[in-house]
Amino acid sequence: MNALYSLLFVFLLVLIPLFGVDAAHMRTFFGVCIPTTAFIIFIIGFVYKVVTWGRSAVPFRIPTTGGQFKSFDPELFKQNKLDCPQTGAQTFFRMVLEIFAFRSLFRNTQVSLHEGKGHPVVAYKSSKWLWLFAITFHYSFFIIALRHLRLFLEPIPFLPVGALDFVDGILQIGAPVMYLSDVGLVVGVLLLLGRRLVLPRINYISYVSDYFPLLLILSIALSGIYMRYYAKVDVIAIKELTMGLVTFHYVVPESITVSFFIHVFLVSTLMVYFPFSKLMHMPGVFLSPTRNLPNDSRAKHHVNPWNDPNIKAHAYADYEKEFGVPMAEAGLPLDNPENGVPKDEAEA
Amino acid sequence: MSDIPKADELFKSIDYNPPLTGWMETPVDFSPGHWCYPAKPEKIEYMDKKLPGLWGEPRKWLPSDADWKLPANWKETVVNGFRERLKKFRSLQLFMDICVRCGACADKCHYFIGSGDPKNMPVLRAELMRSVYRGEFTVAGKILSKFTGSRVMEEDVLKEWFIYFYQCTQCRRCSLFCPYGIDTAEMTMMARELMHLVGLNTNWIMEPVSNCNITGNHLGIQPHAFKDIVDFMVDDIEEVTGRRVKAPLNEKGHEILFITPSGDVFADPGIYTFMGYLLLFDYLDLDYTMSTYASEGGNFGSFTNNEVMKKLNAKMYAEAERLGCKWILGGECGHMWRVVHQYMDTMTGDTQWSGMTTPKSPVTGTVFDTAAATKMLHITEFTADLIKHNKLKLDPSRNDHLRVTFHDSCNPARGMGLLEEPRYVLKHVCNNFFEMPPATIREQTFCCAGGSGLNTDEIMEIRLRGGLPRGNALRYVQEQHGVNLMACICAIDRATLIPLADYWAPGVTISGTHELVANALVLEEGEVRTMDMRQEPLPGFEDEDDDWTPPTKEDA
Ligand code: SF4
Ligand code: SF4
Repeated sequence: MNALYSLLFVFLLVLIPLFGVDAAHMRTFFGVCIPTTAFIIFIIGFVYKVVTWGRSAVPFRIPTTGGQFKSFDPELFKQNKLDCPQTGAQTFFRMVLEIFAFRSLFRNTQVSLHEGKGHPVVAYKSSKWLWLFAITFHYSFFIIALRHLRLFLEPIPFLPVGALDFVDGILQIGAPVMYLSDVGLVVGVLLLLGRRLVLPRINYISYVSDYFPLLLILSIALSGIYMRYYAKVDVIAIKELTMGLVTFHYVVPESITVSFFIHVFLVSTLMVYFPFSKLMHMPGVFLSPTRNLPNDSRAKHHVNPWNDPNIKAHAYADYEKEFGVPMAEAGLPLDNPENGVPKDEAEA
Repeated sequence: MSDIPKADELFKSIDYNPPLTGWMETPVDFSPGHWCYPAKPEKIEYMDKKLPGLWGEPRKWLPSDADWKLPANWKETVVNGFRERLKKFRSLQLFMDICVRCGACADKCHYFIGSGDPKNMPVLRAELMRSVYRGEFTVAGKILSKFTGSRVMEEDVLKEWFIYFYQCTQCRRCSLFCPYGIDTAEMTMMARELMHLVGLNTNWIMEPVSNCNITGNHLGIQPHAFKDIVDFMVDDIEEVTGRRVKAPLNEKGHEILFITPSGDVFADPGIYTFMGYLLLFDYLDLDYTMSTYASEGGNFGSFTNNEVMKKLNAKMYAEAERLGCKWILGGECGHMWRVVHQYMDTMTGDTQWSGMTTPKSPVTGTVFDTAAATKMLHITEFTADLIKHNKLKLDPSRNDHLRVTFHDSCNPARGMGLLEEPRYVLKHVCNNFFEMPPATIREQTFCCAGGSGLNTDEIMEIRLRGGLPRGNALRYVQEQHGVNLMACICAIDRATLIPLADYWAPGVTISGTHELVANALVLEEGEVRTMDMRQEPLPGFEDEDDDWTPPTKEDA
């Protein structure tokens, strides 16, 4: 149901520019106004959210540790520097691997129950599918985004844009060059989508807001592929438009066809949607306090900005007042011998 | 325990397929057995005097009642408290926003593995809170509630929180596998803080909390009774070893303050571990004292809220100052060490007195820079260092009747990184050591299912279900290697693993690590022992000394 809703939404989104551009002749609206507004919303929303995170405190160091910590004897007990970092540099590498290799996800296992001989067996096996799907998807997306820079930069820098183009297009099928990342993105989205639809547990936890971004990205990819390989849009004209956007000299050349407007409209939707959704995991992954802090709070002092100095231990003096008599009887030392004298004796 | 199904029946009842109804529409089971008893009003009254405003109205109520007697402004209190904590904890704010519901954490939780209840998937457990966050605090959630899985705070939602946030042992296993390190344990802590504000709590947590504050330990053992118990243990040690050990209490002017969880003082098999500490310290002629006032290392405050956690933790430094101790040695405890390692110095470091120094072993001279800020050392670090420097004469063959495995406690494993020291100690004090399967130990260790205040009999079935992964791994080494003892470094484990093992791997006993150290420790040249610390005959001495009586604990 949630998946169907999402599909419906995306269809509607395609229809808007399809009719909007042709019927209403709102080329400037769809070519300039929408993407510019979307971009502004994206930036403001993104920054706002990150600032909100930044403004909430990190009172304690709470890294989740995955391996041996730095011991008193680093030779006898080898520290796992990546999963249990204690310095800034070690933590940095932990984060690099998290961000670029999805390392925690790589660790994923799957549990299964079996009837063993006479008693039950709980088995765990490594399960790297999600890692594979996710990494295919994210890298493809990332490379495609970088490749698009060629539309916004003049001259086009070889690094990384030109180089990426070259590597990405190595698998040359037909003309124009077929990009590996295009395939990767579509396949990645379909796999992630399929996983949500097929696995009962994942399906159970999925909302419209989980299907929608996948379908939206899929439609963006498909519209892009359509433009490039089938509709063969006028790239020169598009570059004119995009360069106009970044230099604030807006032009919408006549030779640009509707498929481009659909593509741009979908991308704009994604930009607007981004800061209000779970897609914010992208900046969020950098900020996670269980990952980006060194595990050193027993060795180094840290400050909790809202630590309340008025909270004090139950005073020993009160403790002794309460239990002084039996303490004295048991022969436990007292700070104040008077506490050891029973009440009635003290009065007598 | 009579209505608890047999192990194989329980196993067969687990179904990982979610129900047909969506999770928001699936009702929660409030029948007895699914929750811990709420706190007695007098416990709340006491704590409200000490830390006012955090506990709601003290009252009698039961989760099976329709009316939980919530205060009139409960909703406001919870929502405002939520807002406040979003500012105070970036973890909370971030974890509310960035979960992608990928499900990587879903089958990592022992409660889900043993129950199949989808709300025990960490992702859904956290969604119980996230849905409210989106509904109350985000624009998208307010307009598109159906599509984003949002809802507003309602009585039923709060009731659902009560059940499921008291079915999370804050073990953090989910966090290890989450691509963003989302720590459901952290959210459990916050949810519990919020529930406390409106008087939703459990007695098994609140009674220890108030006891810790009054008497210094969670069992409410008063100082003279504490001393009695220690004296009994001294007698028992003499019975086993012939040596009368010193057991200094509340004495001023010693170098080291020793603090262990009070579970070690009170119950089988913790007391044997405690005897192990005493014997070891006497053997070393260590300049130390224990304290009846700071007689609890375990911090039950960490199951309630930050304020109590700090208040209870602060007594350790307070006592070190009063007694003039230079550093603190800590016993075998799980959540105590999560608090000591990750929170202590940040919370209470400013109350350290000027005489405290970085721990330095008086026996080996090793300086433990790893504890330079807290001045607090874990006993397995201390002992591992002794063994490395050959300072202990050990006869591991005294443990030859034991085939040992090691259970990593969640907190030291995933909140500290203490993995190898206890293993090193164990391997030197016993000849037969076997690891459980890799997916169930070290950082991937499975919870005993009774941590974070859930170690109570009224939810035994839930505990046994949650204990399935650990129990099954134990059963595996029992069959493969004849393992008959599981050692651990946590007092809660020493209590909770016993019913767990009886149920899933009958025949395996539980012990602390220093019990085995004490068995192996050769006090003097040619010393012969006929029994172990439990006063059970060692192999070859079966005929003698089998008429012993267990130590009385009535005074406790
Ligand atoms: S693994 Fe992390 S991101 Fe994935 S569902 Fe669980 S909490 Fe969310
Ligand atoms: S912290 Fe442990 S008990 Fe709680 S949800 Fe995560 S895995 Fe389950």
